[in-house]
Amino acid sequence: MNGGNGIAIDVKGLTKSFGGREVVHDLSMQVKRGSIYGFLGPNGSGKTTTIRILCGLLTPDSGEGTCLGYDIRRDAEKIKRQVGYMTQRFSLYQDLSVRENLEFVARLYGLADARGAARDMIKRLGLSGREEQLAGELSGGWKQRLALGACTLPNPQLLLLDEPTAGVDPKARRDFWNEIHALAADGLTVLVSTHYMDEAERCHEIAYIAYGHLLAHGTVEEVIAKSALTTYTVTGELNGLAAELAGKPGVDMVAPFGTSLHVSGRDVAALEASIAPWREKSGLHWQKSAPSLEDVFIELMGRSRDNFQ
Amino acid sequence: MSTIRATGPVREIRDRFGFWRRSYAMMAKEFIQLRRDRVSFAMIVAIPVMQLLLFGYAINTTPHHLPSAVLLQEESDLARSVLKALENTAYFRFVYEVHDVDDFDNLLKSGKVLFGVEIPRGFERAVRRGDKPALLVAADATDPVAASSALGSLGMIMQTALQHDLYIGDAPALPFEIRAHARYNPAAESRLNIVPGLVGTILTMTMLIFTALSVTREIERGTMESLLSMPIKPVEVMIGKIVPYILVGFIQAFLIVNIGVFLFGVPVLGNLLLLAALSTLFIAANLAIGYTFSTIAQNQLQAIQMSFMFFLPSILLSGFMFPFAGMPAWAQYVGECLPLTHYLRIVRAIMLKGATMPNLRFDTLALAALMLIAMTIAVTRFRRTLD
Repeated sequence: MNGGNGIAIDVKGLTKSFGGREVVHDLSMQVKRGSIYGFLGPNGSGKTTTIRILCGLLTPDSGEGTCLGYDIRRDAEKIKRQVGYMTQRFSLYQDLSVRENLEFVARLYGLADARGAARDMIKRLGLSGREEQLAGELSGGWKQRLALGACTLPNPQLLLLDEPTAGVDPKARRDFWNEIHALAADGLTVLVSTHYMDEAERCHEIAYIAYGHLLAHGTVEEVIAKSALTTYTVTGELNGLAAELAGKPGVDMVAPFGTSLHVSGRDVAALEASIAPWREKSGLHWQKSAPSLEDVFIELMGRSRDNFQ
Repeated sequence: MSTIRATGPVREIRDRFGFWRRSYAMMAKEFIQLRRDRVSFAMIVAIPVMQLLLFGYAINTTPHHLPSAVLLQEESDLARSVLKALENTAYFRFVYEVHDVDDFDNLLKSGKVLFGVEIPRGFERAVRRGDKPALLVAADATDPVAASSALGSLGMIMQTALQHDLYIGDAPALPFEIRAHARYNPAAESRLNIVPGLVGTILTMTMLIFTALSVTREIERGTMESLLSMPIKPVEVMIGKIVPYILVGFIQAFLIVNIGVFLFGVPVLGNLLLLAALSTLFIAANLAIGYTFSTIAQNQLQAIQMSFMFFLPSILLSGFMFPFAGMPAWAQYVGECLPLTHYLRIVRAIMLKGATMPNLRFDTLALAALMLIAMTIAVTRFRRTLD
């Protein structure tokens, strides 16, 4: 049933077009059981489409693979029973109460004691006393928590979370991630898409997708190492420096980070030649540093825009 | 903070009766949503009551006291008694008496009167001589319904009023017949015909709209995506969405029939249980059609438009507006494809004629067939994926 190899998701060559526009291109990925797999990429990069293919909501134009050992083309119904999918938009019934929403989900999955299951989940969510409140009246953070509770209610083996923390405050975001780690510790596989770099760094593995192409994947360290990016951090009197450096040979990216500036490039020699005139300037402090994940992604995104647009 | 992590017992998943469990889950959900939606809830009661009162009282196709004019070209006892007889029918009310043809024409043209009666010079003498003089009754036929029943009864009225005087030949405006269904409606009261018809018309409108919105609403609110990601089958979604509204339709039918009986004095000669059973079938058929629209429409507006596209021919071609037998053949064929046509026959037959099941077999089967066709289309049209 589980494919027996410790792999929860194993897909190859997924392609999907809408109205002649290719949204996902030749995408292959593997997700280990019990791991938290982060799915990163700009808006419209194909993250949601990929997730929908994985849970059987969309059929790929080409490509194949398995999800929890089931064929994604033939066994969509079996996959649905084992997968909890949390959509990007809050998709519980706003005009149903917390309890009614949970009971509805429990019944659809055929849980033996739907009322009891809903009651337990309310307790576990910390929503006791508010079970009769309408879901639409909950705050953003509580809505996300309820949605996560609803998709874990039928004890799925795989959670697909599509930007679960968009528009949620930092405290709720951190609680949410603690939950995800606790669920993964119990053996659940979690595939989560996000825009936040700090969230990416909390994943066991990440994949970066842009314009439907999977550009990089692996652990955070691997992705950074594979980028072969050299980054200098400049502090001091930065007035106008970003504009002056941008576009110089070897300078692939200039990005301000608070009071400092990150200057990165793939070609070390060219980069160092270009920044040389400014390195001696007084009032500027240069330091060679490891690129951050964000540097890598912004650079990947810039590069992919050139390649695919 | 507590965690979602399953610490309680892992609950077993039952596969037996899965179909009914999931259908029930959907049904229970729809009921709750309906209860929360105060506007829809109010509509369940307000629409039938409002429509019934409007149609029943305001749209009376047996008009009374229609403003009329008389062009009097002679003063005679016979002329006076003809006018008196006409006024006594309660159809006509003479508001103008003119002696000039132009005045007479202008009154009709301006719409100040709907009828004009011309009593020609030498009318009484001609009648007495047996010359069959012409009594011109000019009707404003822009409202044919209003005109026809008044004109239809004219011949009889004339004969009764004047028979003791002399034999009268063809009255000038008698191409109209007294309508055949007056057999069950001896007073030719249109409400007896309209109220049972309204049961069907009102149900068609409300039922169509309720289910036509049901699937598109889920899509627009974004709940369809998670519903599709859960293990529920299209048939189960359909059952869950239709059944609660059968009850709603039943309440409406109950309301309309009761108002009809107690407020409008419409009889129910046939079996009430039979009426209830066949009404349920009709309600289910309309819900299934509305649901089918819902699976085809892209958004709620389209669903509403489709419902109206269906509602309009239902009103026009079912025999509600115009006598079915009087329609051209093609219109009758179209009419046979509409549930309302069959239900109108059923409801009129049960309420007004006391019909029983053997009389209604064809229409019952037709209703069931239409319902099954709609359901089949709906289930095949229902998108299991977001493709």
